[in-house]
Amino acid sequence: MKLKELESHLQQVDSFKKPKILLEQYPTSPHIAACMLYTIQSTFDDIEGKLVADLGCGCGVLSIGAAMLDAGLCVGFDIDNDALDVFRSNAEGFEISNVDLVQCDLCSLEDGAYANKFDTVIMNPPFGTKHNQGIDMKFLSAASTMAKTVYSLHKTSTREHIQKKANDWGMKMEVIAELRYDLPASYKFHKKKTVDIQVDFIRFSKA
Amino acid sequence: MKLLTHNMLTSHVKGVVKGYPLLIKATEVKVNEVDFNPQFVSRMIPKLEWSALVQAADELGQREDLPGELVPEYENNEEFLKKVHRVLLEVEVIEGVLQCPESGREFPISRGIPNMLLNDDEV
Repeated sequence: MKLKELESHLQQVDSFKKPKILLEQYPTSPHIAACMLYTIQSTFDDIEGKLVADLGCGCGVLSIGAAMLDAGLCVGFDIDNDALDVFRSNAEGFEISNVDLVQCDLCSLEDGAYANKFDTVIMNPPFGTKHNQGIDMKFLSAASTMAKTVYSLHKTSTREHIQKKANDWGMKMEVIAELRYDLPASYKFHKKKTVDIQVDFIRFSKA
Repeated sequence: MKLLTHNMLTSHVKGVVKGYPLLIKATEVKVNEVDFNPQFVSRMIPKLEWSALVQAADELGQREDLPGELVPEYENNEEFLKKVHRVLLEVEVIEGVLQCPESGREFPISRGIPNMLLNDDEV
């Protein structure tokens, strides 16, 4: 599948009806999702025929994209029932059968739950900017135990800290792209119409 | 919930030592067609808890003639891989509960999604 084709499919994916501030539910744009997934598959061959986990999957744009790129199975994990409802109707709308869902709290995941069960983790974690500082690192910590290869988005301003953590967890870290993340004014506290933030698209890998 | 996902799920209720495998009590099960990828199935098999998969398929009445033990050289046995593919990816629990084998705690499965969230006093 071509990149443009993937992006145009992902534009049909429904997003949060009423985003929840505390869960930092901002959608991954179809453009960013398509570019991430296309790179993960075409450069690293980490989706097709793989068991993929999508942490904090929300309405499922990354999972559905991974399913379209022929993941063996993509399992989406999220805490929020409403988001998972939208995810399910998205999957049904696209007639996608190689996804599955689990409702759970990734922040209180037991050490070693899902240890190395997955081939690849993909995620756009909450950035931890609203009353939940450090949540991005909790997601990354969980991801690092679940698969040997993790793809994630993080604020560029936290890169040094993340590098330190990656070293602690024995993961090699490679910034694949620097993105301008267009955060639409989806919450009331965003006064400007859109807010651009600098975000790193990072690949973490264990030997 | 597919049985490949079930094979990875564990109950982590406080105090539980071995919350695996979760018992399945299903009230609605569906079989949905999924594209067969023999390489994928073959690669998943060594990662599986085989006995848990067989038990789960049994509980759902979907075992058919899936053998209790892994067959040798399954990589080249397409007939066997198709059976595994079916139970791993095509059989889905839509409604029911998962039960922790140790504490008896039940986790609801609603519209295909298992809810593994714990209460504050269970963490």
